[in-house]
Amino acid sequence: MRELFAAVVGGLFGAGLFVSGMTDTRKVQGWLDVFGDWDPTLAFVLGGAIVPMAIAWQLTRGRSPVLGGSFPAPPEPRIGRSLVIGSVLFGAGWGLVGLCPGPALASITYGGTSGVVFLAAMLGGMLAAPPIRKRLSAATPVA
Amino acid sequence: MPEAWLMGLIGGLMIGGAAAVFLLVNGRIMGASGLVGGLVDGTGRGNTGERMAFLAGLIGVPAVLALATGGAETHATGNIAVLILAGLLVGVGTRIANGCTSGHGVCGISRLSLRGIVATVFYLLAGGLTVVTFKQLLGVI
Repeated sequence: MRELFAAVVGGLFGAGLFVSGMTDTRKVQGWLDVFGDWDPTLAFVLGGAIVPMAIAWQLTRGRSPVLGGSFPAPPEPRIGRSLVIGSVLFGAGWGLVGLCPGPALASITYGGTSGVVFLAAMLGGMLAAPPIRKRLSAATPVA
Repeated sequence: MPEAWLMGLIGGLMIGGAAAVFLLVNGRIMGASGLVGGLVDGTGRGNTGERMAFLAGLIGVPAVLALATGGAETHATGNIAVLILAGLLVGVGTRIANGCTSGHGVCGISRLSLRGIVATVFYLLAGGLTVVTFKQLLGVI
């Protein structure tokens, strides 16, 4: 049952990315290109996605997940250096090609060689990340 | 073809709806980098099936939609060096920061998580700076 819902969720997520145009790197780079031909689409996508999710977070109060278990713990308030450094590295890569993890996976069947090379490098980066994260979190946090 | 902003809004509602179902039914955060990253580095061994099913949907449905609509394109660069560098940065960065656009952006901001908001500000700034630098100033992407 958990797998069935996970597949439906992945499918709906992929359909949303497809419909919104977020697997088109021109639209993503167009959003980031504030001094060029700026494309505001991504703001509508993010805004539209936050609304149902904000309602969902409200609905978690005093309840448990339908399939059992418990809801995720409240977010940790501490802003460590891994969060900042990681986000800056991610943003730089995202800007260079216009793909983030969701769209990179969603477009893998029609993104050609470029999509395959990017995804392979992304998975390689994910494999390399744990020791780097460990070293960063061992150091003193920024704030 | 309907207005791009309207398609963006509809697609966004679908993405948020998917994240809402994953939270309320499975009790999990829908973060693409976390779900796939846990498979890559072995930290997601306890729920491999759930992660694989999510990936099957995420890849399968757009594949069908692309076929049904006569093909789709990502218009990504063909520059192999740029693709490898960008992929590595996205892979390492999202796992160090423990989230990407879906986890920190959609799921984090919607619960007013300070970490989600800070991460989103930094990756947007870094992304904007990268595009402006490499596209407008250097003209290499």
